[in-house]
Amino acid sequence: MNESSPILNISIFGVFVLITLFVVIRASRNTKTAADYLAAGRAFTGPQNGIAIAGDYLSAASFLGIAGAIALNGYDGFLYSIGFLVAWLVALLLVAELLRNTGKYTMGDVLSFRMRQRPVRAAAATSTMAVSFFYLLAQMAGAGGLVALLLGITGTGGQALVIAVVGALMIAYVLIGGMKGTTWVQIIKAVLLIAGAGIMTLWVLGMYKFNLSSLLGAAVDNAPKAGEKLLGPGLAYGKNGTTKLDFLSLALALVLGTAGLPHILMRFYTVPTAKEARRSVVWAIWLIGIFYLFTLVLGYGAGALVGPDTINAAPGKANSAAPLLALELGGPILLGLIAAVAFATILAVVAGLTITASASFAHDIYANIIKKGKEEDKDSEVKVARLTAIVIGLVSIGGGIIANGQNIAFLVALAFAVAASANLPTILYSLFWKRFNTSGALWSIYGGLAVTITLIVLSPAVSGQPTSMFKNADFALFPLSNPGIVSIPVAFLLGYLGTILSKEKADSVKQAEMEVRSLTGAGAEKATAH
Amino acid sequence: MSTVEHTPSESAPDAQKWVDVQASDDFAELRHRLRKFVFPVSGLFLAWYLLYVLLADYAHGFMSTKVIGNINVGLIFGLLQFVSTFVITTLYVRHANKNLDPLAEKLREEIEGDGK
Repeated sequence: MNESSPILNISIFGVFVLITLFVVIRASRNTKTAADYLAAGRAFTGPQNGIAIAGDYLSAASFLGIAGAIALNGYDGFLYSIGFLVAWLVALLLVAELLRNTGKYTMGDVLSFRMRQRPVRAAAATSTMAVSFFYLLAQMAGAGGLVALLLGITGTGGQALVIAVVGALMIAYVLIGGMKGTTWVQIIKAVLLIAGAGIMTLWVLGMYKFNLSSLLGAAVDNAPKAGEKLLGPGLAYGKNGTTKLDFLSLALALVLGTAGLPHILMRFYTVPTAKEARRSVVWAIWLIGIFYLFTLVLGYGAGALVGPDTINAAPGKANSAAPLLALELGGPILLGLIAAVAFATILAVVAGLTITASASFAHDIYANIIKKGKEEDKDSEVKVARLTAIVIGLVSIGGGIIANGQNIAFLVALAFAVAASANLPTILYSLFWKRFNTSGALWSIYGGLAVTITLIVLSPAVSGQPTSMFKNADFALFPLSNPGIVSIPVAFLLGYLGTILSKEKADSVKQAEMEVRSLTGAGAEKATAH
Repeated sequence: MSTVEHTPSESAPDAQKWVDVQASDDFAELRHRLRKFVFPVSGLFLAWYLLYVLLADYAHGFMSTKVIGNINVGLIFGLLQFVSTFVITTLYVRHANKNLDPLAEKLREEIEGDGK
């Protein structure tokens, strides 16, 4: 029997850190202006940015989480990945290029373009920071579980130390490298992750003579409890009417949330033109799609070769399916590689979130609200972004340590639900609905945010269940763990009502400018010339 | 260009220009070509995704029907979601390259050329 070797795992991860730090430091040499620091000088190519988007998007949850969910719950785990993929069509068709043409650094640039600047920017920054923070906390807290699994550190103190180290590294990447350095970390990580998953997929398929049906059969044979049910839907969400509705709600939030995630939107500013933004989404769609096909094989492969009982007995349960499969296939060395990739994944995703949240604070709140646009693009904007990154990093280390061991899965659902409810309606309305005005934007952002957070607080994810955050209290008035099915339509409705009920007339000249710019790319931010 | 940052307000045309372009036939055509593709296709893929989710959620028996070996309807439908996503991506890129980019470029040159 192969044994996991924590020292080997840490060494391989150490090599990754050294290589990426070297790349980040090299990349930072040309970082001078705000456009350099916050948008990587808009100098990445579409394919590079597409790989980085995949790196930003494929979090530890999508790698370890989906493979594990397929290993234990079969088909229902697969359903997740489909929502995550199809969502990219919303970004490709409706958002990416138009956003690239109208904005500069943040989501707030686009939302406030033809509205009254200060209130809309404040709202956009609030929701950007809310989404980033929920997502960040989930990633950091997840790091604790991963540490227990991969490094054999089970003590709370040891795990806290590792969370602090991950956070410190992330702050270093963001401070030194800015958007350019962060993008390179994501590119390196995405290549490693997709290559690693690809090798394991071929390995597993090879063991079953490239016959998917035999692999599925072996997974069923090795799962006496689930049996044939592993291959059809319903194992995780099919229990009763509420769980089915919950799944529908989750599916909506997944498909509509992606195009409203601020850290994904910000990536579109790192390329020189809308055409490159389009190419980057195309690359991202192919890479993400192929990766999810890999996880399908890896999940059933873990079920067939490792078995649900062993996975459930391991620390980290479902999350350990992919690492255990690596150990089974290639011994400690492959496990070490996969473990390092999983760490790199957390690191790259938290770095992307941190730079997004700090950019929103520096650009939307500091430069445009506090300094009323006078400090825009000045050195002080970069200085504020760097300071904010340190603060956000420290807060997320603290939050991650406190949330370690808590059931934080709902935080990711919350991030997607807020993105789908508060951000997406506002983005679509401002791009496509002429009459949309400041009042509508504020109603849909704040309304979407408030409804989503209220429903989550009142949901069984927070109280009333053995798996809830507060097990001993019960204020779960709302039966679903995911609020999307209510909050998304409500936010669209609020944006509509806020617009038609206010006497304010939309600024038709600004609307003309925004529409012409968004479609033609005239006057769009150019790449910096070095 | 020697400046590092291109600031729209400095070299971009004045307000009236945007309004004029928005009212022009070329621009109306560009907007029409974009919308006539992205709106129906978005409706289509969202409906197809929703149908798939509803089947997976409420039609377990149908989705578990085996087709070839252990491969069932659910898996085929799921994989078809991947296929349709890849196909729509490719079709959109073709549409944009052929029908949107040239017109957008023409308008962009008109606007930016005038402003200088």
